[in-house]
Amino acid sequence: MTNKPLRRSAQAIAVLCAAALSLTACGSSDDSGSGAKAADAGSVEAALKKGGTVTVWAWEPTLKQVVTDFQAKYPKVKVKLVNAGTGNDQYTALQNAVQAGSGAPDVAQIEYYALSQFALGKSVTDLSAYGAKDLSKAYSPGPWNSVAVNGGVYALPMDSGPMAMFFNKKVLDKYKIAVPTTWDEYLTAARALHKADPKAYITNDTGDAGFVTSLIWQAGGHPYTVDGTKVNVDFGDAGTKKFTEVWQKLISEKLLAPITSWSDQWYKGLADGTIATLSTGAWMPANFVSGVPSASGDWRAAPLPQWQAGQTASAENGGSSLAVMEAAKDKPLAYAFVKYANKDAGVQARIKGGAFPATTADLNSQAFLDTEFPYFGGQKANEIFAKSAGNVAKGWSYLPYQVYANSVFNDTVGKAYVSSTPLSDALGTWQEASVKYGKDQGFSVGG
Amino acid sequence: MAQASTQADTGAGTGADGRAGTAGAWRGRRGAPSERPAGRRHSSDRPRRSVLLTVLTALVAVYTLVPLAWLLISATKTQKSLLDSFGLWFSGDFALWDNIQQTLTYDDHIFVRWLLNTLLYVALGAGGATFLAVLGGYGLAKFDFPGRRGVFAVVIGAVAVPGAALAVPTFLMFSKMGLTNTPWAVIVPSLISPFGLYLMWVFASEAIPDELLEAARVDGSGEIRTFFRIGLPLLGPGIVTVLLFTVVATWNNYFLPLIMIKDPDWYPLTLGLNAWNAQAATAGGQPVFNLVVTGSLLTIVPLVAAFLLLQRFWQTGLAAGSVKE
Repeated sequence: MTNKPLRRSAQAIAVLCAAALSLTACGSSDDSGSGAKAADAGSVEAALKKGGTVTVWAWEPTLKQVVTDFQAKYPKVKVKLVNAGTGNDQYTALQNAVQAGSGAPDVAQIEYYALSQFALGKSVTDLSAYGAKDLSKAYSPGPWNSVAVNGGVYALPMDSGPMAMFFNKKVLDKYKIAVPTTWDEYLTAARALHKADPKAYITNDTGDAGFVTSLIWQAGGHPYTVDGTKVNVDFGDAGTKKFTEVWQKLISEKLLAPITSWSDQWYKGLADGTIATLSTGAWMPANFVSGVPSASGDWRAAPLPQWQAGQTASAENGGSSLAVMEAAKDKPLAYAFVKYANKDAGVQARIKGGAFPATTADLNSQAFLDTEFPYFGGQKANEIFAKSAGNVAKGWSYLPYQVYANSVFNDTVGKAYVSSTPLSDALGTWQEASVKYGKDQGFSVGG
Repeated sequence: MAQASTQADTGAGTGADGRAGTAGAWRGRRGAPSERPAGRRHSSDRPRRSVLLTVLTALVAVYTLVPLAWLLISATKTQKSLLDSFGLWFSGDFALWDNIQQTLTYDDHIFVRWLLNTLLYVALGAGGATFLAVLGGYGLAKFDFPGRRGVFAVVIGAVAVPGAALAVPTFLMFSKMGLTNTPWAVIVPSLISPFGLYLMWVFASEAIPDELLEAARVDGSGEIRTFFRIGLPLLGPGIVTVLLFTVVATWNNYFLPLIMIKDPDWYPLTLGLNAWNAQAATAGGQPVFNLVVTGSLLTIVPLVAAFLLLQRFWQTGLAAGSVKE
């Protein structure tokens, strides 16, 4: 708490060096020698027999159990699990290590939105050589499309975040507000709730890049189109307009709680009913259980509200993959661990630990769908999540430098949340910043 | 500084413990104005009380103490009442001991490991930095050699460069040497303290009379022996000052280890607490705000203790060089 300002400036510097470093990383993407040697699934088996050490950088808490199980099954393999920071902190460290040529891990956890940046910079290995392409049907489409980029497979999906709306049933019932099924109803509910209790808000939002892009995704927008190094950024399409119309009203009428997600205030708001709904990825239940224990029984899950009544469109929010680094010492062995954790026995261990899988076999298994969540009053919430996973809108892609774009989100779009700047104008400013950065990096950018 | 020098002039002997605010008051009561030159009385014996200054001082005191009070109070709360209650008063069960115990045992006693790491970095980094600063400062103050002006310029220039600006180049260099992710990556850069060197330099030229060294040399003492037997004892207050500076800098160091160290087993406390804090913002992560708060309290306790114990030296050290004889 005490070192917050320091932390912020340190982060700013870290982002700067990440930006500077990715420049060179992207610059080397023209190299034709990708370094992928001829390998096959057999080499993976051989590597497991031979043994060795795999260093894994990840912050996902359920991996601890997976590592224990894996080492028990393959005693010759030693897995060193290191929490090198969460999200951006880790990407910066990863870029630094890649750039410096030493200190990088063999396997790294990378969120879907950030993966194409590492794939294009050739910091992570194309796993096609080890048979990863055959797994395309094993994962739900949203996560798979995020790892299968540029004609290769650059990671295996670890978890996924098909979106749902979590709502505080106690609060909505108290004010006799129906659970909204469309975003228009959501707006009406927001007005009714805040009028009934000026301290209560339909949700919290101070501007979050992941959330905004996910809702535009659900609305069928395609602000980013990517073809190799040809990129187009356009926040003027129909999907984006649907989003800004509703959200602008929520902002202008001050119907959103000015609380940043993941802060202590946020956990407090989720617990005491001042934040009434939360639209986010299906990985959220584990966080409810550990972070908001006092509100157990108050909350329920529902499908994400729709942009048009009667539809079932959804989007992904968050979620991450495990990638094998190009600098890995023993790639077949590293891949063996990734496959164990994200496709084979590791998945079950992680579901038990509260993770939400990306594997279709688990998403469709009866046991998974029938799981009752005591936290949600015994609701079989996985039915909603699994349906959402199947309904993720097709054709979405992130920028190959989304990590940077998200880092300037608050400087641009963030203004719309705290001033009279219209949301659509603010998105335009974000677009300009993204286009300019892309051009500076040597991409051919339109928009 | 001006206050300290006038006190020293009047010979009241209170300059050392530095209670500048109260010193005037009780000296006034002691009276005996006839013993002193009349002109002095006005300026130093009876400082006029200023409401504005008192209010300003009070504001600064509140500004400094409120976060500390918040930390102390919050460390006594459970995670639940931490979120549910007003921050500046006690609420719910008194959970301080429980929190401390949890902090020390959570995640296989990793906090204890971080504490030991920090102690290691401080002992070797700050200790080494002080030792080097004392050696260098003494040498520069007491020996005349060609290039001394050049060294002076470099040291003054180095004081102006913030450590954070050097972190990235240092990282790249250490990475080439294969030192990242080892304790050396934190200890070695901590060994250099340009400000400490400058302070020791100024202090040594004031505190050690050249005549004393001459006398020692005439008596046949070697340079090394002279340094340890005559120089060091005289440098005591300065050494403590530099030591405190470097200890605080190393203890609170965040950016350097953030860049250098990725293995939580080698984290200092600052990084460890940040990692616990970040845990609240991950899918499936467990928020441990109560442990972050209690951990922060435990982290500052040794620093507070060091300040209270070494306060006397610290203040004489600060005043060094402010009096021109």
